[in-house]
Amino acid sequence: MKGYIRSDGRKGIRNVVAVAYLVECAHHVAREIVAPHRDAAHLIGFPGCFPNAYAQQMMERLCTHPNVGGVVLVSLGCESFDRNALAETIRATGRPVEVLVIQREGGTRATIEAGRAAVARIAGEIADAPLVPMEISELVVGTVCGGSDGTSGISGNPAVGRCFDSLVEAGATCIFEETGELIGCEGIMAARATTPDLAAEIRASVDKAAAYYATLGFGSFAAGNAEGGLTTIEEKSLGAYAKSGQSPISGLIKPGDIPPRGGLYLMDVVPDGEVRYGFPNISDNAEIVEMMASGAHMTLFVTGRGSVVGSALAPVIKIAANPHMYERMRDDMDINAGRILNEGASVEDVGDEILDLVARVASGERTKSEDLGHTEFILTYKSFEPIGPACLPV
Amino acid sequence: MTDPRLLLLSPGDNVLVLRGAIEAGETVALETGTATVPTRLGMGHKIARRAIAPGEKIVKYGAPIGTATAEIAPGAHVHVHNVRSDHTPTYALAETSEEVPR
Repeated sequence: MKGYIRSDGRKGIRNVVAVAYLVECAHHVAREIVAPHRDAAHLIGFPGCFPNAYAQQMMERLCTHPNVGGVVLVSLGCESFDRNALAETIRATGRPVEVLVIQREGGTRATIEAGRAAVARIAGEIADAPLVPMEISELVVGTVCGGSDGTSGISGNPAVGRCFDSLVEAGATCIFEETGELIGCEGIMAARATTPDLAAEIRASVDKAAAYYATLGFGSFAAGNAEGGLTTIEEKSLGAYAKSGQSPISGLIKPGDIPPRGGLYLMDVVPDGEVRYGFPNISDNAEIVEMMASGAHMTLFVTGRGSVVGSALAPVIKIAANPHMYERMRDDMDINAGRILNEGASVEDVGDEILDLVARVASGERTKSEDLGHTEFILTYKSFEPIGPACLPV
Repeated sequence: MTDPRLLLLSPGDNVLVLRGAIEAGETVALETGTATVPTRLGMGHKIARRAIAPGEKIVKYGAPIGTATAEIAPGAHVHVHNVRSDHTPTYALAETSEEVPR
């Protein structure tokens, strides 16, 4: 396995140019810049015009993600986003960065032309970025489940848990998340914390999520979940929880916090303070984006009903939990965990199959969603307090 | 558990998970005897392993997943119509009968 070495010592498994719009008003121009360079350049961005410290930090983390070799920033010109601070952060890592301001460039056509030229130039510049040997222990892997049904929690999620156990044992960093989808699991989860103070922080994070969702009126539960046989949020939670495997929980992080060493980390994605900006993560890609901001090189995505998404910047491995869905949507699925249900495969077999694919994808093999050109991305408003010292025991 | 179409996830559970669809009118073997499934149930859905009284916890993965809101007979479908969450309410579309081909 080899990775692109970055100035902060982290290694990337891809080497893409990130093209980032800094307000929705620059989205079309940024998309057109990417259009002729779909393999080399990925579109990311933040739609809001009002300033937000979380969004600023997320964009900084994403633009300096180890899978990113260079960046083109696309600003309308009058939005609140601090493009200069973002450009400076990127420049400080040694990455090439080009800042285009549509109002300065002379409008849509001129900016698209300048942007396409910048992508071509940066892609050429980073093409010979140094590749160095990379170990499994240097990988950061996230997991998410989306479009869940009654099969997710009994096939795909436990198989990912098994894969996570192997990765953690090999020294890698694994991240699971969505405390709002772990309501009801706080007791068993806290018991796995490496220190009592961390256990208390984990309980508090789930309590916060429960209160947040109670205010909003709905748990993280979509109509398709019930159709697929899931009855309550806590049932969905226990199934989702199985993705975390059996390893001790080494820390509790928030989006953008980089885990300091290998181990299993829970990500608290629910904003702090009063309910302000609506649902914490409005769809699955918001969670993938937050794990990428914490350094995830790739995401293991378990789906029962059949999600087709991938992600900008970091590959997504899609794991079908439901064997019938796998048959219908196999072009989108990398792994058939449904064979645990109808072919008698064991959770261990499928967990090892996922582990093997993780290593291959880290070595450059493209996932189904990468081949299909999926580069979904979403980032919305949030606000967080910094994590407390008990969240990352030494 | 002898019926291979049903999964017992944890010894203390009072529900069984379907490993595949079961058609209306089919019988399933439970520890307490056989039961007839009145309507077609899809993979991943749950049936009662034994009689469950209103107010009793529904237990899956060895953990409570909600509270029974009605008397549930052995073999009966356990779902949103007879279980409520102990946390936040479940939101389901009134029209959830759209059939996904299996």
